[in-house]
Amino acid sequence: MSVDRATVLRIARLARVAITDEEAQRLESELSGILDWVAQLDELDTANVEPMTRVEAMTMKMRKDEVTDGFCADDIVKNAPEEDDHYFVVPKIVE
Amino acid sequence: MTDLTDLTISDAREGLAAKSFSAVELTEAHLAAIEAANLALNAYVLTTPERAIDMAKASDARIAKGKAGKLEGIPLGIKDLFCTKDVRTTACSHILDGFTPPYESTVTSNLWNAGAVMLGKLNNDEFAMGSSNETSFYGEVVNPWRRKGSDAPLVPGGSSGGSSAAVAARLCLGATATDTGGSIRQPAAFTGTVGLKPTYGRCSRWGIVAFASSLDQAGPIARTVRDAAIMLGAMAGHDPKDTTCADLPVPDFEAVLGQGVKGLTIGIPKEYRVEGMAPEIEALWQQGIAWLTEAGATVKDVSLPHTKYALPSYYIVAPAEASSNLARYDGVRYGLREPGKDVISMYENTREAGFGAEVKRRVLIGTYVLSAGYYDAYYLKAQKVRTLIKRDFDQVFESVDAILTPTTPGPAFAAGEKSGDPLEMYLNDIFTVTVNMAGLPGLSVPAGLSSEGTPLGLQVIGRAFDEETLLRVGQAIEDAAGVMVKPQDWWSTHA
Repeated sequence: MSVDRATVLRIARLARVAITDEEAQRLESELSGILDWVAQLDELDTANVEPMTRVEAMTMKMRKDEVTDGFCADDIVKNAPEEDDHYFVVPKIVE
Repeated sequence: MTDLTDLTISDAREGLAAKSFSAVELTEAHLAAIEAANLALNAYVLTTPERAIDMAKASDARIAKGKAGKLEGIPLGIKDLFCTKDVRTTACSHILDGFTPPYESTVTSNLWNAGAVMLGKLNNDEFAMGSSNETSFYGEVVNPWRRKGSDAPLVPGGSSGGSSAAVAARLCLGATATDTGGSIRQPAAFTGTVGLKPTYGRCSRWGIVAFASSLDQAGPIARTVRDAAIMLGAMAGHDPKDTTCADLPVPDFEAVLGQGVKGLTIGIPKEYRVEGMAPEIEALWQQGIAWLTEAGATVKDVSLPHTKYALPSYYIVAPAEASSNLARYDGVRYGLREPGKDVISMYENTREAGFGAEVKRRVLIGTYVLSAGYYDAYYLKAQKVRTLIKRDFDQVFESVDAILTPTTPGPAFAAGEKSGDPLEMYLNDIFTVTVNMAGLPGLSVPAGLSSEGTPLGLQVIGRAFDEETLLRVGQAIEDAAGVMVKPQDWWSTHA
């Protein structure tokens, strides 16, 4: 499975990574190489195989629907690059 | 008195109980060793000496009152993937610059509740993505082991390279680590240490920086099988904050170590005899078989036919989950922010500057395989292959109690030797990754030295939630091979 430059740039855009031309060139061959290599899975017929979802049969636990956390706005914004009065500040989104 | 940093955890526990030395003395000895070594080894990315001394003083007070916990006064290193309250945690990525969590991971909380002392945060591959510790934003870790007659730096394995190097070089008595495709066992094999990846769900993942959530599991790296058992006992346990964490009692792992392997059946999977495997790895494997047979175990050839598909399916599942988990690093809530002309370009610039090459490669692969129209062909296919891999193990475990394999296809390699080709680097995990795909426990035990004079490890694979059998087999290997010696100290400033 060969990945072309346009695909690399589209994927990078989807992943929100602003890659350089040099990176795009390298990634084109690296991603193609990795995808070619994983293509060996096509040898396996998995039509009647269930996907694995857990290691051991275990029922997911339910918890009470109640508030167990909160009132810690200072902690939540403590590591923010930019914050104002308990709000995260981002570049203007709506004109 | 012997050097306090050379003690095992079990020896240190006895010494502290007998008041042969204090927890403060034990901690000070380690802080001095780190100070003398870290410039050369780069195992720690942050040391917390004041906190360590405070914790050690509190341990001494509890010991005096007869209220010692299971790891009372034991100085440990913590992989930088574990969130530690008010102590910088970055997963060794530039994108988490300066992040100081306002909370503590469950596993480290459990350790502190048992009385352990934190020496600092240990280096790892960025977001645990790597097999050589060469992708860390804080630079490479150097293996304390060197090839005979050479001073060329060797890698300590990865991603838990800081953990393995620190334990081997006596910069802590034990360390926490995490394993997504081999990141505990491969570095343990490269440094002559014991590395235990528990069953998925044995330890809580809460508060550990996420890489691939269906594969990640925390475990210990230590110098003896007994020490690994002691540490796992303190790290494990049910946690309501992680819904995948098993609600099962934590056995007394130490209690089973004396039970031996008589009556156990050990499987030898023929698919692990891979093309081009070094003759000394084959010889080590045969030696392991001989040791276990002499100790009373029965050995049986078994087949795990889907082994060769584990690594390619891993390189779909792990990047897919990573691309999803790493979407949170957007320059808004924590860590690095690089400005842009609008919010999208701020995200893109932040992630371009903040992620290293290996992380970007995996995020892009993951984004590709999860993108519209490809989900079934890649992620779903890989999850189905996992079922086949798991089924292989289930069938084999009907007739054997544990499986013995080499941990790695070769000994520690030189820095830069495999970093040029991602696929070549990935092949290092060929024997370990199957275990993560099936969610099983795996243990790497040092078993001898290579022709280059560097350590080699044997891996024991067990049934889900049967770490006890794993540890019994590990103990038998350690008894036969002997506890790995300390590498010649070239790294200390006073050496």
